[in-house]
Amino acid sequence: MRKNYERALKALQDEVLVMASMVEKSIKRSIEALKNRDLELARQIIADDEAINNKRFDIEEQCVELIATQQPMAVDLRIIIAILNMLVDLERIGDHSEGIAKIAIMVGDEPPIKPLIDLPRMAEKSCQMLSEAMDAFINRDVVLAKKICDDDEEVDALYEQVFRELLIIMAENPKTIKRATRLIWVAHNLERSADRITNICERVVFIATGHMEDIGASKY
Amino acid sequence: MTIGNLVTLKTDPANTRAAEDGHCLRLQQVNLYYGDFHAVKDVSLDIGARSITAIIGPSGCGKSSMLRLFNRMNDLIPSARVEGLVEFDGVDIYQSGIDVVELRKRVGMVFQKPNPFPMSIYDNVAFGPRRHGIRNKRILDEIVEKSLIQAAIWDEVKDKLGQSGLSISGGQQQRLCIARVLAVEPEVILMDEPCSALDPIATLKIEDLMRILSTNYTIVIVTHNMQQAARVSDMTAFLMVGEDRAGMLVEYAHTNEIFTNPKNKKTEDYITGRFG
Repeated sequence: MRKNYERALKALQDEVLVMASMVEKSIKRSIEALKNRDLELARQIIADDEAINNKRFDIEEQCVELIATQQPMAVDLRIIIAILNMLVDLERIGDHSEGIAKIAIMVGDEPPIKPLIDLPRMAEKSCQMLSEAMDAFINRDVVLAKKICDDDEEVDALYEQVFRELLIIMAENPKTIKRATRLIWVAHNLERSADRITNICERVVFIATGHMEDIGASKY
Repeated sequence: MTIGNLVTLKTDPANTRAAEDGHCLRLQQVNLYYGDFHAVKDVSLDIGARSITAIIGPSGCGKSSMLRLFNRMNDLIPSARVEGLVEFDGVDIYQSGIDVVELRKRVGMVFQKPNPFPMSIYDNVAFGPRRHGIRNKRILDEIVEKSLIQAAIWDEVKDKLGQSGLSISGGQQQRLCIARVLAVEPEVILMDEPCSALDPIATLKIEDLMRILSTNYTIVIVTHNMQQAARVSDMTAFLMVGEDRAGMLVEYAHTNEIFTNPKNKKTEDYITGRFG
């Protein structure tokens, strides 16, 4: 029954996975650019963000078209409405990565104030959460979605740790304030990204149960 | 007891059940048979007063049969037999002694195909009140005007009340039929696919009209058009045919819930177009 419609609905969800993998790649590369002082890569990330933005508009148009032409109901309707919300979060995570790439360019070849350990950890954890969020999305897995929201606490804890550490460095040596502040911005971008992944998980729960709930609100 | 007594029963403290929980129509463990054929099986549901309830489901699932239980239209089929309790305002309408003509006055019906009588627009609307004994021309004029206004067709026909009811468009004919029902001041309006013979604009006019009427009337509508049920109703009942070919109630809930988050997998499959 309704084969074309089923196909379109599946294609729509596949497109979300494609967009999520673009975003995940952007997070990974942004932290690499910062760590390796790779300005070329940083510029590439900024340029590639446009592709993420375009992907968001493409998927949004597909959603509108499906609603207008197919009158989706029940779980189908919830999937499309959830996707419309998830797109906003994915696109914004892309912007956070772009923000990190811009910071990498600002940092340029200034001498490092400390080895980057926790920031890559935050990025890694965020990528893992995003990848799992997509598994939860495809499998309508409420348990996994809620677990990912719990994982956000790890990112929050890392954020706090980075913040504290950088404060101490700044207090000890005011000359580091500019560089340390930039790293705090990076940490903030990653923390916000993880929060947005929990929003995506809330939409997964909505698809599966029909209920909208705030799961594990972030400290920040 | 005749159905005419219901008017007094409503204010009788001994019979305030309907008023207390706000339901107007009630089916309790109702079974309907046409001869050996089990058309409606074990259906129980309460319909609230002054609301719109949609009955949806695949063809042949007993939607129209269920609708016709409420004004005993199935009585017209000789082999029809009803078991269980069908209540209107707290009174069992299948008990002996019920005045079926009076019942159908209070529980009016609009059919799939507009069916104006082959007489003038005025006479179509005045038909019911005349049958119920109103002869005074001034009163009849008032009823005709009021009913046509309520049915949102007055402005279109006020200058041609003497013309045949069959001379106007299909959408207008259907609103004329609704005016004809309203003229006898019913409490419930049953609608059996009232828009299936109408174009989309006429359909939307009827839907708008239903919304307005629902502030004063209890409306039950059978529709094949799920979007119509979603647009217009407060509550939705989903029926389907069971393994034994009998129509059964699968899910009955707020329309919003049925169309966004149905509880039953069969409802989900039907409204998403994966079955039916």
